[in-house]
Amino acid sequence: MKQNIYFDNAATTAVRKEVFAAMKPFFEREFGNPSSVYEIARNAKRHIEDARLKVAKAIGAEPEEIYFTGSGTEADNWAIKGAADANKNRGRHIITSVIEHHAVLHTCEYLEKNGFDVTYLPVNEHGIIEPEELKKAMRPETIVVSLMFANNEIGTIQPIKELAEITKSGGAIFHTDAVQAVGHVEIDVKEMNIDMLALSGHKLGAPKGVGALYIKKGTKIEQFIHGGGQERRKRGGTENVAGIVGLAVAVELASVEIEDERKRLEFLRDKLIKGIEEKIPHIRVNGHREKRLPGNVNVSFEFIEGESLLLHLDMSGIFASSGSACTSGDLDPSHVLLAIGLPHEIAHGSLRLTVGRDNTESDVDKVLEVLPGIVQRLRDMSPLYNPEN
Amino acid sequence: MYTAKVMDHFSNPRNVGEILNADGVGMVGNAKCGDIMKMHLKIENDIVLDAKFKTFGCGAAVATSSAATEMVIGKTVEEAIKISNKAVMDALGGLPPEKVHCSCLAEEALHAALWDYAVKNGKYYEGLKSPEEHSEH
Repeated sequence: MKQNIYFDNAATTAVRKEVFAAMKPFFEREFGNPSSVYEIARNAKRHIEDARLKVAKAIGAEPEEIYFTGSGTEADNWAIKGAADANKNRGRHIITSVIEHHAVLHTCEYLEKNGFDVTYLPVNEHGIIEPEELKKAMRPETIVVSLMFANNEIGTIQPIKELAEITKSGGAIFHTDAVQAVGHVEIDVKEMNIDMLALSGHKLGAPKGVGALYIKKGTKIEQFIHGGGQERRKRGGTENVAGIVGLAVAVELASVEIEDERKRLEFLRDKLIKGIEEKIPHIRVNGHREKRLPGNVNVSFEFIEGESLLLHLDMSGIFASSGSACTSGDLDPSHVLLAIGLPHEIAHGSLRLTVGRDNTESDVDKVLEVLPGIVQRLRDMSPLYNPEN
Repeated sequence: MYTAKVMDHFSNPRNVGEILNADGVGMVGNAKCGDIMKMHLKIENDIVLDAKFKTFGCGAAVATSSAATEMVIGKTVEEAIKISNKAVMDALGGLPPEKVHCSCLAEEALHAALWDYAVKNGKYYEGLKSPEEHSEH
């Protein structure tokens, strides 16, 4: 039987056994609405508050600073639109970067259409936002700065503490999309001076459909989802109790395991990168070598196109992703790869392998065994490839 | 998202390669969009005897190139000109909407190779346009 190898952990992850077990009662006997008064409702409410405590603890926040949402995207939308709206009397300038996830980029574009001025900071060739660039972009009317903690495509980890300090000294609110970082990189919102932070459950072994936004006490922000009195009247909608409980268990487990898991993933990541570099010519490793998520591998193969590569890998039972246009349903390849200066044709030939909790060294060996042949096969049929070069 | 026929042509592409001293060569697309197709034709007495392709592109680009070469071999030049992107697509059992432009590229590569043959041999064919006129991609 063909053994599938899942190397797309930045896209989503399987729900962990411990997480699923913790969630199960809330679909069955503990199904009560947390806003009701009887026992099963009170139990649900108590578990939500317990979950809030766990999530807060994992990022160094207070429990009353954690608000559960329906996704990381919702948390990003709320943070940016909510803070822009609540602070527009002080100014209408927002700063973000060119490599943000679309949850942030498209939110900023929406605000631009609604009278806000947005500066998109560039990144260097490794995908790092230079703090100097932020200093230059800050204005007296800057109200919100939103810069991602770690990039989903090339895995680059940003100098968040420094960026947050520049933002704070300029009197603006600092938001970070930490969807890829939480559970993988140590985060302390107080020590790092972060005002708002978005996270998502399904990137770390919790289910899809649950996320959270940390909002530092005293941050001026408008309500985003209007409805009932849930989440201290800031986010309406009956709570996704099972999802929230699952998110908290996943975050708690990840915090406990973070150091060991980081070392394990980094070993697998580096073995993959080194193996590809040794076995395949005409490649380029995208992103920063050290300031990089422990599980992220992003490589461009010259002369070939990413979707073809993914289809061949799929036929070998290996699931990965690419920044090629053909995988995004767009004509342009990934905005992140273009932002780090890759020419279009090299960006089209990118492969992202994201290593996760269930991957083993034999998965890495399998990829290194299969990949060179696939790349060569595609190069042999590429009009851009000349074997004599 | 792809039909079984597309996947068959993608995983076992027919007629990959180049033809030495080809009678017609056409190359279309650009690396910026992520698709380039190069088509080589061997033509004798106005009949396409052989066709080979090389493609840089996605699954649909490879499959349509492969299908187009299969369709053109044995045809007269007049018949070959009539091979449309729709015919290539139909032969593959259809393509997802966002991939239809790949089938246009196969038609364009074929027509560019036929145009090259016509120009080299001082021939004129009704309905055959120069690659420049074809550049909707």
